[in-house]
Amino acid sequence: MRTISCIALSVFRESVRDRVPYNLVIFAVLLIASSFFIGQLTAGQDVKIIKDLGLAATSVFGLFIAIFIGIGLVSKEVERKSIYALLAKPISRPQLVLGKYAGLVLTLAVNVGVMTIALYAVLAYMTWMTPAAIKTSWDAPGVDPAMLSALFLIFIELTLITAVALFFSTFSTPILSAALTFGLYIVGHFNADLRNFEQVVQSKPVAWLARVLYHILPDLSAFDVKTQVVHGFSVGGGYLALQTAYGAVYITLLLSIATLIFSRRDFK
Amino acid sequence: MKLPAAIATIAACLAAAIGIQLVRDRAYAERTRETERMLYVRSGSAVRRLTLDFDALAADVYWIRAIQHYGGDRLSRTRQRRYELLQPLLDLTTTLDPHFTIAYRFGAIFLSEPPPGGPGRPDQAIALLNKGIAAQPDKWQYFHDIAFVYYWRLRDLTAAADWFHRAAAQPNAPNWLEPLAAGMLTAGNDRASARMLWTEILKSDEKWLRDSAARSLRQIDALDLIDQLQPYVHKFPPPKGEAYSWDWLVRKRVLKVVPYDGTGTPLDIDPGSGTVTVSKSSPLWPMPSLPSS
Repeated sequence: MRTISCIALSVFRESVRDRVPYNLVIFAVLLIASSFFIGQLTAGQDVKIIKDLGLAATSVFGLFIAIFIGIGLVSKEVERKSIYALLAKPISRPQLVLGKYAGLVLTLAVNVGVMTIALYAVLAYMTWMTPAAIKTSWDAPGVDPAMLSALFLIFIELTLITAVALFFSTFSTPILSAALTFGLYIVGHFNADLRNFEQVVQSKPVAWLARVLYHILPDLSAFDVKTQVVHGFSVGGGYLALQTAYGAVYITLLLSIATLIFSRRDFK
Repeated sequence: MKLPAAIATIAACLAAAIGIQLVRDRAYAERTRETERMLYVRSGSAVRRLTLDFDALAADVYWIRAIQHYGGDRLSRTRQRRYELLQPLLDLTTTLDPHFTIAYRFGAIFLSEPPPGGPGRPDQAIALLNKGIAAQPDKWQYFHDIAFVYYWRLRDLTAAADWFHRAAAQPNAPNWLEPLAAGMLTAGNDRASARMLWTEILKSDEKWLRDSAARSLRQIDALDLIDQLQPYVHKFPPPKGEAYSWDWLVRKRVLKVVPYDGTGTPLDIDPGSGTVTVSKSSPLWPMPSLPSS
């Protein structure tokens, strides 16, 4: 466990050195600027739009971090040949994979945490600036704690994407890993369509195959509760728990396969 | 290249680019405008798929575009006010985010506005609000807005009253909706339904509602009384040269006394035409009527 946490911390330090936190500055500037301009462009929907924009930006920036750092976690060590020095130490291959993963999850947690604070700060400012009469027409309060459930599920989705990126990076080149991860991200969002494929096709085997794919591929659209939260609809605790469990199980599966592949890989 | 030369080159290039841009915008203004007025994808479900998880954000973008399109055409002095993209933009917005309340409500106002202030399409406004009801069946505001379109744009007071009545039946609907429905029926001359609704409202716990119902029932009584009196007034006109008056009808024994409304105020009779109305000094004035155009 200590070895894993040491590797995780070094991955986190490396991402800070790689100027990953710069995206937080971009995020904050984007939100603050939008809060001033959006009010001029929309008919009294600035808070809704800031919420949509904030949640979408958290998701997109997090996705970029997860993919572009995730794909290099292992392959970079192999390319630089620093993997030899690492594996010569008392570190097992599974520990290396898990440590790398934990480090990127820590980076993502800090990023999502800071973006959440920035989003709530802008919303608090907007709430303070808006007259009480206008606030009564909002679907949900400006500073709505319920938004945390959407941000939490975004974070779980990002940890799943990180696991996908890490899985591909254990046996593929960085460019191919990025393409595959991004492809799987898109497929994951269309996954719900596979469930109802039998309504579109008449062939039983094709419908059966679609059903199998629905269960095998990650169901990423289920992590999206942004619209519900922005409109003030509650996302039940049961749903959050189930979705977290689904993410945890899928991540465990991916990390197990990644560890297995990486353990058998020959670096000669 | 030295720094001053580099800065000069950058500044010159930037100035040239801006200059070319200005010349192009002036020379091909129409072309730019036409491009702005294009909507490449009109299918909400297609856009929904293309935007993955970001459909709400895409809805915001289309909503901003709808406002810009409406405002641009409305304020334009040179352009023909066509508003041809307004309905597709609102449809896209509400397909991408079916709970976008303002898009339905403001969108319906924009669509129903008569030319040149809008496209003058109350039918599209009602369709948009019905789409909102399909997404949120218990949102009283959409029912209210449909009633509003019927009242203001289509002058159909019976339909307006029906929609106000439906709005009042939704959860969390304000208690002023039912009186509004009843008032609309009175104005639309459906007195039997109006009387029924006002009588129900008379049982309300709210004093202001009971007072309003009592006044409206008196107005309906007055309207009924006027309807009864008017044929007699015209049946027994005054001698040539004399004005229509209650005195004449009482003297002629057509009426026993001068008729009063429910508040004890005498009804008015127009001396020239003999038209009977509620007096402007009566607490029942003004009487319910159709909206003026």
